[in-house]
Amino acid sequence: MSKDSIKIRMPALGGQGAVTAAHIAATAADTEGYYAVSNPFFGAEKRMAPSESYTRIGTVPIYDRGEVVYPDIVMIYHPQVVTMGKSYTMPFYAGIKDNGLVIINSDIELLTEGDKKILADKNVKVLTRDFTKFAVEIAGTELATNMAMLGALFGALGTVSKPAIEEGIKDRFLKKYTASGGTATLDSVIQKKFKKKQDLIDKNLQTASAAFDLTVEWCKEVGFERMLDAPNPVEA
Amino acid sequence: MTLRSQMTAEKNWAGQTMVTADHMLFEAPREKHFMTGSEVVKEAMKRCTVDASVSYPITPQSEAAHLIGELWAEGYIGTYFRGENEFGVMSEVAGCAMAGARTVTTTSGPGTLRAMENFPMWAGTRIPCQLILMARGINSPLTIQPDNLEVSFMLETGCMIWYAENVQELFDMTIAAFIVAEKPDVHVPIVTVVDGFFVSHTRESVMLPADDIALFPYDPYAAPLPPIDSEMPPGRFLRDPFVMKSNYISYATHASWQWEVRSAAERSRPYAKHFLKGLVHSVGDEDAEVVFVSCGTASHQSKEANRELTKLGIKSKVVKLRTIRPFPTAELLEATKNAKYIFVPEFNVTGWLHNEVLQALYGKSEATVVGKPRVAGGMSMPVEVILKEVGNFVKIEQGA
Repeated sequence: MSKDSIKIRMPALGGQGAVTAAHIAATAADTEGYYAVSNPFFGAEKRMAPSESYTRIGTVPIYDRGEVVYPDIVMIYHPQVVTMGKSYTMPFYAGIKDNGLVIINSDIELLTEGDKKILADKNVKVLTRDFTKFAVEIAGTELATNMAMLGALFGALGTVSKPAIEEGIKDRFLKKYTASGGTATLDSVIQKKFKKKQDLIDKNLQTASAAFDLTVEWCKEVGFERMLDAPNPVEA
Repeated sequence: MTLRSQMTAEKNWAGQTMVTADHMLFEAPREKHFMTGSEVVKEAMKRCTVDASVSYPITPQSEAAHLIGELWAEGYIGTYFRGENEFGVMSEVAGCAMAGARTVTTTSGPGTLRAMENFPMWAGTRIPCQLILMARGINSPLTIQPDNLEVSFMLETGCMIWYAENVQELFDMTIAAFIVAEKPDVHVPIVTVVDGFFVSHTRESVMLPADDIALFPYDPYAAPLPPIDSEMPPGRFLRDPFVMKSNYISYATHASWQWEVRSAAERSRPYAKHFLKGLVHSVGDEDAEVVFVSCGTASHQSKEANRELTKLGIKSKVVKLRTIRPFPTAELLEATKNAKYIFVPEFNVTGWLHNEVLQALYGKSEATVVGKPRVAGGMSMPVEVILKEVGNFVKIEQGA
């Protein structure tokens, strides 16, 4: 049974782009006609320090703010979130709701038998993939890992289309964007990797799109059902 | 040549058509945008014909101050500069405002406390400047997370305090704030508060009027105190503090002036009522026995609780306080007259709003006032926690 709103928690390490991903996710969902809100949770953080961000998406207005304590979806951007506890909540799936989803970016299996049992009892499905490798292969940079994660998220949700995701990515990279010093530096690094901004957008989109398709297939394999109600029709 | 001298009767120095606050807030057509609280502060200030802004670009803040700096670079703000520290910034804001400039700054948390001495001075000199306070924790030890304990330190400074719930309210409130603060019969500083991170860093949809319109400028010649002049108040107050001349004169002045500053803030009520469409906003069942009284993000969380309680068959109501100074006592009494249980959820450790509510309702309400749930230091307030608290007083059938 799908719900009228869901909460997504994204524990990551500083520099991986989880804040950017949450903002793009919310923008894409908003474009699709959902109510959407994103917010980051960090301090004077540096790269590799724990950094979390959150996206809430729904067909009803969303009042809830701040850290997501009871998520429907948890997206782990880096194995160290699990192996070194670089997370605001321990274990990383604390508070996850029944029938939820965990997406993990890792090249190896990270869950213990105990973790697997707890998650299975709650009918939480777990998708572990090396999304960084995926990003390097398609976009030529590990900095696109967040785009792969984003694609996987929307592949699993199934109700936010690729054009809406494209809109979210364009909004982030074409409009004037307010960012901290560290984020601005990373922005200039990634922009230097591409000749034109359009190349950057295309590569990011290709990465997200491939991860989207992969996850759609995975959902069929494991029987992961649609979690979120379809969006409200967008007014012309 | 000053920027003001470049204005015409219709256009400000940035070429924007000048409009009344009523037109800006209630009549101008709006379009949907998707942005953060910090970004919306830039959009609001862009439409306010702001003469001056001073900032101290410290980390436990938001991007709002630097975005106002961009507005200056783009030609929308008259002057913009950085202070040596927060104390310097708030002193310089006073200087700009005394000279007759519409002045804004933003700060939060430890920065607010470092500048503290200036806020009663602002009120005492009756300057109509605006402080946009994006509440963060204060040092205990150093924190920068969302927490509104710092607001309790601002309560008795003599400044007006308004509290916005979300990005949309932040936009509308910061525009209305100038207009109400600058009314000649009010003319005291205003602090517009939002919760840091929960609003400053949260990206959500917001409706904005076009940016080719802006408020008419502040008219310092309509002020109850003349613009700065070292022989006249308020400049004279500071150059020659009365107490340095005569203890008797100082006493005679302060004994009446302290009351006058607070009376001035009281006189803002009708204007605030008009521009904010009421000093409190209520949603939910009118005759509910369970009532949440809150401000800022706590109102948002209460609305989530209201929605969940409705699903469980329990009537509830959320009373959101939009002004804290002056405190909306009459409106609160009216909105809680049917309440049996009043919950005051808060994002700070001491429960300052709980104390305010108790004081306002003392002897006038038979409701049980519960200062819970209360979270601090950056914790969020999940709806589950609020429901658990309500469940301690009202029977909740799970799964209904």
